[in-house]
Amino acid sequence: MIWNETKECMSRDEITTLQGKRLHKLVDRLYHNVEFYRKKMQESGVEPGDIRGIEDITKLPFTTYEDLRNNYPYGLTAVPRSEIVRVQASSGTTGKPKVLCYTRRDIEIWSECVARAMSMAGITRDDIIQVGYGYGLFTGGLGAHYGAENLGAMVIPMSTGNTKKLIDMMIDCEVTAIACTPSYLLHVAEALEEQGLVDRIKLKYAVCGAEPWTDAMRAQIEKRLGIKAYDIYGLTEIMGPGVACDCRFHKGLHIYEDHFLPEIIDPDTLEQKAHGELGELCITTLTKEGMPLLRYRTRDLTSLEYGQCECGRTMARIQRFRGRSDDMLVIRGVNVFPSQVEHALLTVAGTTPNYFITVDRINNNDTFDVAIEVEERFFSDEVKKLEKLRADVESAIHQTVGIKAKVKLVEPNALPHSEGKTKHVEDKRKLS
Amino acid sequence: MIIKQLSIFLENRPGTLDAALGVIKDAGVNISALSLADTSEFGLLRIIVDRPDDAKQALRSAGYTSSINEVLSVELQHEVGYLSGIVKKISEAGVNIEYMYAAPSQGNAATMFIKTDDAAKAEAAIG
Repeated sequence: MIWNETKECMSRDEITTLQGKRLHKLVDRLYHNVEFYRKKMQESGVEPGDIRGIEDITKLPFTTYEDLRNNYPYGLTAVPRSEIVRVQASSGTTGKPKVLCYTRRDIEIWSECVARAMSMAGITRDDIIQVGYGYGLFTGGLGAHYGAENLGAMVIPMSTGNTKKLIDMMIDCEVTAIACTPSYLLHVAEALEEQGLVDRIKLKYAVCGAEPWTDAMRAQIEKRLGIKAYDIYGLTEIMGPGVACDCRFHKGLHIYEDHFLPEIIDPDTLEQKAHGELGELCITTLTKEGMPLLRYRTRDLTSLEYGQCECGRTMARIQRFRGRSDDMLVIRGVNVFPSQVEHALLTVAGTTPNYFITVDRINNNDTFDVAIEVEERFFSDEVKKLEKLRADVESAIHQTVGIKAKVKLVEPNALPHSEGKTKHVEDKRKLS
Repeated sequence: MIIKQLSIFLENRPGTLDAALGVIKDAGVNISALSLADTSEFGLLRIIVDRPDDAKQALRSAGYTSSINEVLSVELQHEVGYLSGIVKKISEAGVNIEYMYAAPSQGNAATMFIKTDDAAKAEAAIG
């Protein structure tokens, strides 16, 4: 079912015209209400009047997560603080989180987008949906919750952390749909299989996101649970989950272009790429009021397909993600930057010892191992002091990153020594 | 007597002890006592050697992390309760023993190496 056919099936001309109008209004708002954007536009010699259609977007400056960090927490808000009704956050590259502000209208649009995504997956008001994302600063829980309520479905706000209860309620309450990370859903599938309960569930649909996954994982989820699984994409900076979602034809994730204007750019030259070419996804939030973002660089590498989908929708489709143009890792649905691990090591050891991060996916769970070379200045002849060092590093990483790492002490020269950051990380997961 | 002990960080996997002992051998350093503490992931090799500074230098050049610490060296009489008496004195002085190990010395006797949180105080206590 198509939740909002008028919008989701507009002709390309209609989309472009609407986007042009909304872009013009957005730029006007940003220019007059946000000093940061006004300065940036003045530096590039652009005025709101220069932006008459989406083809003019290339005249506008980009926004990056460094900009969010530098303007933490309210610097990029475009409305008076009294208009803000919600704050969400995701972890930043170092200590401070990225904070995002929503007006009442922003929450409504978010709920609309998630409702569209869930409809795309076949979920209706007759369904009973468990939200298995964390509720709190993370956008997953509340985002999926409001969207499902907007759809009119019955929502069970499970949050994370209690698989037994989730399974009990899934069976007892006759749950028909679930929203959670794909790796968690596989974990649930395993638990159901172990207890011989797969036949007792009424589950039909899953809307999974917050971490990269593969067609193979989708096939596994669908086969083991006898359901249909859909990929939902989003990022806190732009809104949260529901920026895009895939339909039953699985030909890419439909991005809701009436609210989000996507571009693909070359991450080095920053030039716009032609339709269909691979590059970095940038998104302009056309209708956001609280903290709109202009040409926000997502760092996700992908391409866009235009043209009508077999499902009838005309909204452009984000193709398979090919990685990142930065060194961010998504581990257990949480964004992790190697710089955060460095920061944690620094707080414990005084300076950063040589370290190496290994990420893998074992039995559908992400593993996050950090090896540290033991240097003389924090070496001890006593086991308890070395064990304490290890525990201190684990706790510092947990506090900085938000998830637990397994820390291992290794001999000097056991790890590759290099200049570049990337040599500090090996991601063994096969995700693209 | 307070003497120097050399401690070396090793990973707990085949070959690491062999390699470290090789470095010490090549430096011409003689080991008179040894203890190996293990955890699931790493080990601590603690040794009493004739030239600890030279051994440390050789280990550092070979890329090992090591340190020199002070331990108490006590000659043990071969009689019932002798060790118990020593430990009691240390304990009554309020000094904590972190770890200890023994090696044979001349004749029928043995030498005990004791790491405490206060070597000087422990030495004074046992007199």
